[in-house]
Amino acid sequence: MKFEAKNISINRGARRIIQSVNFALNNGDALIVTGENGSGKSTLLRALAGFLPFAEGSLFFDLPEEGKDDPLIIREHIHYLGHQNGMKPALSVRENLEFWQGYSTASNSDEGLDGMSLIEALDFVELPHVLELPYGYLSTGMKRRVSIAKLLITEKPIWIVDEPTAGLDAKSSAMFTDLCKDHCANGGILIAATHLPLGIDGAKKLEVEQLYTFHGGGDLFDEPESGS
Amino acid sequence: MRALLKRELNLALRAGSGALTGLLFFLAVITIFPFGIGPDLNALSRLAPAILWVGALLASLLGLERLFSQEREDGSLDLLVMQDHPLALSIFIKCLAHWLVTGLPLVLAVPLFGIMLNLSPIGIGAVMVTLLVGTPAITFIGAVGAAVTVSLPRGGLLIAILVLPLVIPVLIFGVSATNGALFDPDPFTSPFLILCALSLFTMVLGPLAASMMLRHSVE
Amino acid sequence: MNDVATQKTGFWTWLTGLANPTRFMGLADRWIPWLAAITTALLALGLWMSFNAPEDYQQGATVLIMFIHVPTVWLAMFCYLVMSISALGTLVWRHPLSDVALRAAAPIGAAFTLLGLITGSLWGKPMWGAWWVWDARLTSFLVLLIIYLGIISLGRALEEPTQAAKALAITTLVGFINLPIIKFSVDWFETLHQPASVSRLAKPAMDVAFLYPLLTMALAFSFLFATLHLMNMRNEILRRRIRSLKLRAAAGER
Repeated sequence: MKFEAKNISINRGARRIIQSVNFALNNGDALIVTGENGSGKSTLLRALAGFLPFAEGSLFFDLPEEGKDDPLIIREHIHYLGHQNGMKPALSVRENLEFWQGYSTASNSDEGLDGMSLIEALDFVELPHVLELPYGYLSTGMKRRVSIAKLLITEKPIWIVDEPTAGLDAKSSAMFTDLCKDHCANGGILIAATHLPLGIDGAKKLEVEQLYTFHGGGDLFDEPESGS
Repeated sequence: MRALLKRELNLALRAGSGALTGLLFFLAVITIFPFGIGPDLNALSRLAPAILWVGALLASLLGLERLFSQEREDGSLDLLVMQDHPLALSIFIKCLAHWLVTGLPLVLAVPLFGIMLNLSPIGIGAVMVTLLVGTPAITFIGAVGAAVTVSLPRGGLLIAILVLPLVIPVLIFGVSATNGALFDPDPFTSPFLILCALSLFTMVLGPLAASMMLRHSVE
Repeated sequence: MNDVATQKTGFWTWLTGLANPTRFMGLADRWIPWLAAITTALLALGLWMSFNAPEDYQQGATVLIMFIHVPTVWLAMFCYLVMSISALGTLVWRHPLSDVALRAAAPIGAAFTLLGLITGSLWGKPMWGAWWVWDARLTSFLVLLIIYLGIISLGRALEEPTQAAKALAITTLVGFINLPIIKFSVDWFETLHQPASVSRLAKPAMDVAFLYPLLTMALAFSFLFATLHLMNMRNEILRRRIRSLKLRAAAGER
């Protein structure tokens, strides 16, 4: 399995956010994207997950079938965990998780996407007791952990996680790091944006820097002394 | 897809969702009309199809704001867009669920409100049938408005402004079909069939347009 | 309960003592069977008296509807009064049970209002020739129903009880202050239009033969209200306990 980005650039409106990013990830690799606030980490991750088009460059994933370089097809194999958890406070944890499990496996059941059961997944994030409780009653950190459990209930080879440990205490962060290690050890690929070290040994690093360029190339808001 | 339908219905029926607010709004609109027109039962019964239709139209626009904006706020929209299901189909299901909990109750409430407006049994039947066929069109056109305003903090009023002009044809053919059933020289079948056509057309067009917009909104 | 202490400290302390939901629950558990029994007895008596009332020379048997209709209408209004006092209790005295009382009364009030409207229109059909006319009384009652339903929806929309309590109390009180204005303007609306289709019967002084069954029924309905209200308050308290248990379960991790 190989997940490769070749010379990717991303624009937002007239501004270039990401310039010529390259990486190649194999089975079990982790990529940690670092950078200051506003440097475009989230934008890069969202583009990799197929939400934004690339201005230049392409993505490659060695799928058995067609669509190795179509981001819209690749993203079926991606778990994306953004800043928000994508859960409904009025529904119970079980209803929320069952929905995402059912919704994301429905059409691809032949591919063996089924992950672990809800109870196993909640055991992993150490929240076995909240299954029947309304999601809205949980604390911020617990909500995050439930949405981490969501990554486990459907199995997808690529995890793209954006600030996954936001709102988690030290213990839960360590728990998440272990989950990521497990995922990589089982041959999965992890791409995480974070400004706190996740503590994954041997992870590749990618630093994104804030750009002040328009994609025409003119440096409009460049400060004189930076002299880019 | 069944998972989505189940979730939407679950959400709508859970406390705090306000699925019945539309029905209550419908009742309130019906109640204030006679104050403007006067309590003359003959005048009311003549105007009843129009009053019921306008009331149902406004009531169905009411809940549209929440259709996608809540999904966007809690991040579900990203994940809905991401799955390999056609997004338009997911939107269709969401609209269907929305109609089931907001549009259908309006149709079912017509007999009661029709009596209050002194509408004849035939008229009540006609309004029910035309609303049953016509309200989906309002929901599916409204979905486009909801999708366009999804990222706005207070999009509710804007949806109404955007969508009201677009649903004028639905209102025209809905009311004229009802009047066709009630008053003899007017035809019933042709406006009714056009109404059906409008609904079927918007069922296809609405989700497609909304899905284009939503794809763009998650960029 | 220790009756001696209650008598000593007086009614007010007793009332504040009720702020403890557990004590209220105990009280409700003891009262509800008695209230239910009294309600049943009074209803049976009232219905028996109603059916034995003479037929009205103008309205015939339809006058019997009155024995249901008038008490429901009274109770529908009385219930709003109870809710308004509870609203004051929430806002002024901050009595924790008054919010429960307000919430518990709203569906009962709405049900009585709806029953009043339905029985009224059943009664109106033979009198007016239509199920519904936009007569001042019916219309203001319809407005009352909308207010009730609005309060119920508001209560359902706000999930956090303490947050909901204030909103509900304020809405109820604003409604209470507005009700006479609504009533007045609706009356005005009717005199402006004087609908020709509506012929209201002149109201004769009520015969004693009608009065006693009516009063019995009214008393029965009052007890019915008290029973239902206490039961629903108990449910509401249980509902909140379940909620806080769930919250505690969610917080008490591992």
